[in-house]
Parts: sequence; structure tokens; C-alpha cells
Amino acid sequence: MTSTTPMTRPSVLVEPAALSTTRRRAKAAANDLSQRSAISEVEWRRPRVRRPWQTMHVVLLVVLVVASIGPLALLLKFAVTPTQDILRSPLAIFPNGVAWANVSQAWNTIHISRYFLNSLIMAGGSWVSQIVVATSAGYVLSVLRPAWGRVLSSAILCTLFVPAIVLLVPLYLVILHPPLIGHSMVNSFWGVWLPVGANAFNVVLMTRFFDNLPREIFEAARVDGAGPFRLFWSIVLPMSRPILGVVSVFAIIASWKDFLWPLLVLRNPDLQPLSVRLPSLQATTDMGVLMAALAIAALLPVVLFLVFQRLFLNGAGMSGAVKG
Amino acid sequence: MVTHDVVEVRPTVGRRHRPMSTTAVRRRRGPVTWARRGGLSALVFALPALFVFGWFSWLPIVKAVVMSFQKTNLIVTSWVGLQNFQRVLADPVLPLAIRNTLWFALLALVFGFPVPLVCAVLMSEVRRMKGLFSALAYLPVVVPPVVAVLLWKFFYNPGPEGVFNTILGTVGIGPIAWLQDKTIVMPALVLEATWAAAGGTVIIYLAALTSVPAELYDAAEVDGASVWGKIWHVTMPHLRGVLFVTLILQILATAQVFNEPYLFTGGGPNNATVTVLLLVYRYGFGTSLGGKYGEATALSVMLAVVLAILSILYFRLTRRWSTS
Repeated sequence: MTSTTPMTRPSVLVEPAALSTTRRRAKAAANDLSQRSAISEVEWRRPRVRRPWQTMHVVLLVVLVVASIGPLALLLKFAVTPTQDILRSPLAIFPNGVAWANVSQAWNTIHISRYFLNSLIMAGGSWVSQIVVATSAGYVLSVLRPAWGRVLSSAILCTLFVPAIVLLVPLYLVILHPPLIGHSMVNSFWGVWLPVGANAFNVVLMTRFFDNLPREIFEAARVDGAGPFRLFWSIVLPMSRPILGVVSVFAIIASWKDFLWPLLVLRNPDLQPLSVRLPSLQATTDMGVLMAALAIAALLPVVLFLVFQRLFLNGAGMSGAVKG
Repeated sequence: MVTHDVVEVRPTVGRRHRPMSTTAVRRRRGPVTWARRGGLSALVFALPALFVFGWFSWLPIVKAVVMSFQKTNLIVTSWVGLQNFQRVLADPVLPLAIRNTLWFALLALVFGFPVPLVCAVLMSEVRRMKGLFSALAYLPVVVPPVVAVLLWKFFYNPGPEGVFNTILGTVGIGPIAWLQDKTIVMPALVLEATWAAAGGTVIIYLAALTSVPAELYDAAEVDGASVWGKIWHVTMPHLRGVLFVTLILQILATAQVFNEPYLFTGGGPNNATVTVLLLVYRYGFGTSLGGKYGEATALSVMLAVVLAILSILYFRLTRRWSTS
């Protein structure tokens, strides 16, 4: 693990989970001691250095709060503001009271509850499919290492170089007329779940993580009579919680954000997730109700992020390379 | 001893380290021995990946190349040679789409390249509440693009009561027709796209900043370097690799931009925001008369070749940096 690319950067996560949490924390603390930024502690104590930097930090904090919380705070406010007020004076603070009815109207009248459920189903299935493919493929490539492993590995890696755009039309036709089963997957969640499983980046992450698990434990388990399935389920998976967490949160968020593919595959409005349904509702929906619907759609990813901040931030460097 | 056993067991199971002499044994093995030695279970574990990648990645890739030389209405398929490519290249909208995509990419670089860098360098000097800064920077990234675009579309209301026009009105500017003016619409789209994506880049830079060796800063201090001197002569050169990687990733992402033009303007006004991917979508799914799948794949294959060259360049460079 001597790499310096964002693809492999979060070494904290790529570290095997064999160490206990406390030991890992102690190690992280030791790392912090050896790390430093451009300004040394001695310089930081000098007012001539510290004051301008602290001022810049305060300015940056204000800019960040306005830029990233600002739009979302406005969205929250709009969600409970009467439509007329949103349209006439969007920045005034509740000139004519609060319209809690927006939220219940969005949830019930325009059936956001159903689309929310569809989003959940889509995200859940995408998560299962990505985890199953990534862990099993990683296990084959890193632990079982059959003779044909290198071929499989390069065949999977190759797909990293194919931009998603080239697959759009042919993949759609594959879904429309799948070979072998001959039953269209358009208007079926399988048409979304299965293709997202083919994520080479997840396989790379898993393989790298498994590569760093201590081999001695596998050998000990084998000596004790554990077969390949037992080894996978009882040894490798429990040791891989950190990377499973990263792949999981990104799989769920990516599915929640996905727009173009479900737009093509899920043509039936009753099956469409929030991301697909919201643009079509936009024209016919009252502004206040639409804003409440948007707020509901943003809620789950934001809450997930706030709860699993560390996973997100540590994995963010890796996610950047997914698009490649 | 336990450790001794491990060393003894390892070469027979860890295939990659198989000693030369076992190749003779392997030649004699029949299918039964192969299965008993774990060949079958490796195949079972590879099945999900083989199935998903084969069906939804390798097959569509081959299909894309084949289809770009074919004409199909899903019932009758015929070979048409280079006709698809000729038709696409003769389309008067294509030069416009290429120009718009390049313009989008360039603006995205102008907006989205310096801002995260400055943020990350400032944030790396934060002594307290560093997590708060990163969380604030990353928050917009988790907001679903559809929610962000629909919200910003409302912010971009061209009337004097629009959110941005109200804010600008307090300093005497505007009102601006954000999405209706041919020259302003693209920067407006890029502004939203940058808001949605910059946080990820900040986190990548922050991770890279922690890997600058402490000795380099110490040495620079011995030589009497000022804070800015250290940032310019130590930090920046160290970030060069990561800067290049994010540059390529950003170009790859912006070349495939779809959500913003599709949801904000649908390509308008007067084709001012038609991008290459939007054109692919229009060919394939834009008309109710059945898709021009041949043209759509021909165009996406051409774009994909350009992008694949970029990705290979990216992969080569990250490899080189990760081994050095």
C-alpha cells in the first residue's frame, strides 16, 4: 500500500479489519503525529501567521455554510411555505404563516409515498446485487486464485475504460430483448438491479481489501477444515466490514441519485423512483407541494450522510474514480 | 509451531506461489481432482460476476460496436457499413453539441478546478473542527441531482422575484434571465453542476494533502521558507499527480453530462445546451417513432473512443505514480 493515487488513498479503510477498533484508533493517532501541514505548530503560535489564517478559516466556514447548507435550508423552508409566498417573496421568512399541509399533500395526494417506496426497493436491490457480485468476485480473485483468475480480472478491469455512455443504447436493447430468457426486463426492477451489479470499481476495491487480509488466518481456517464457503462467510466477510460499509453507502446513494437509466427502464409511473418521477410531476404540481416532495427525496441521502460521515469522507476519494 | 505449519501449508494452497515442480502434477489432474481441489467452488464464486458482467457489460460492449454498423427497427436488422457514422457526422446539430460539451467542460474547469484546491489547502490548516469543514463541503454531493436541479431551476427564476435575482437585486444587478439567455444558460448550468460536485474533489485533495511527507516541510523551514513559500514549493508540486487525475476524471464526467441540460433546459434555448450525450439520447429515445439505434450507438462509440484514450492515459499515470 505505497500508492499515492486517490483510487487507493484511504488507507485507513483498505487496512484489514483484524485490528480491534481501539488499536486502529491508536494507530490513526500515531499517524497524525507523523503528519503535519504546511504551517508548523511553532509558526501557528505566531500571531502574524495565525491571525490571517484564522480569518481565512472563518470566511471559508461562512462561505461553506451559505453555499452548502443555504440551498438545502431554503428547500426545507419552501417545503412548509404556502405556494404564493414561495413564488412572490422566496426569501421572506413565512410572511403568511406556515403550510404544513404541503408535506402531507406531497406524501398522500401526489403519491410521493409510493415513489419513495420504489426508490427504496431500487436502492435495496442495487445494494444486494453490488455486494454479492463485488464480494464473490473479490474472493475468487484474491483468496481462491484459480488459474483463470487473471483472465477474469483483466476482463473485469477492461470495463473500467469503457465509458458508461457507450453502453446506454445497447444495454437498453439487451434489457428490452434479453438473450436466453426472452422476457423483457423493461418495467421490471431487475432491469435496474442487475446492470448496476456490473461495477468493476467495487470488484477492484474488494480485491485490494482482501489482498491485505492476513493470509495466515485463511490457512489456519483451512487447516481446521473450513471449506471455501465457510471461509468466505465466517472469516473473510466479517473481517471486511469497513470496505463493505463503504461499498454499501455508495451503492445506496448512487442508486438514489440515478436518473437516466431508471428513466429508460422503468416506463410505468407506478414503478418509477423519486428521481424519475419528480421531473414529470414538476409541471402539474403546486410549487409548495413540489418543494415538499423534493425535500422528502433529499432526506434519506442527507440523513445517511450525517450518520455515516466517516465512511463517506474516507470513501470519497475512491468514488471519484468510479466514473472512469 | 503454528507459524512453521503456515509456511509449510502455504505453497500448496496459495496458487500464485506454486513451486515449479507442481506443474507436472497439474498436467495429470482430471476433472474430478480439479473439482476436489477447489476448482468447482472457485467457479461457483465467480458465477455472479461472470453472469452480470457477461450479460450487462461485455455483451453490450460488443453489441455497441456491431450495432454502429447496422440499421435496426428491432425486428429487421441489416448491415449498412459506415452509413450511421456518415449520418451522425452530417447532422448539423453535432458540431453544436460538441462545441457545447467542450464549453461545458471548459467552464466546469474554470469554476470547479481552483475552488476545491483553494478550499482544500485552507482546510488542511484548520486546527479545530476539521470534520465540520469536510462535512459541509461534501454535503451537496449526496443531494440527488434531480432534487438539486429542480431546486436550482426555481432559484434561476428569471423574474425579479427569483431567488438569485432577489439577492443580486439588493446590489442593483439584474434581473437576469438565467436559463433563457443563450449566453448565460451554460454558465448557469455549470454553476449548479459545480455546486453538486466540488465537494468530492475537495475530499480527494484533502486526502492527498495529508500524504505530503513531513520531512519536506521541515527541510523547507530549515531553509527559511515562509508559509506561502512552503505551500508553493512543497505542497503544490506534491499535488501535481492528483491534480492531473482529478482533471481527467472531471473531463470524463463532463463529457458525459446529461442530467443538467436534460432537466434544466432540455437542450434549449435554441440548442444552446445540447450536449453529445443529450444528442445520443435524442437519437435513441427522443422520438416516438422508434429509436435511431444505429446512429445513437455510432455517436456514442465515437465519443467512447475519445474518452477511452483519456481513461487509459489516466490509468497509466496513476499506475506510474502508485509504484513510484
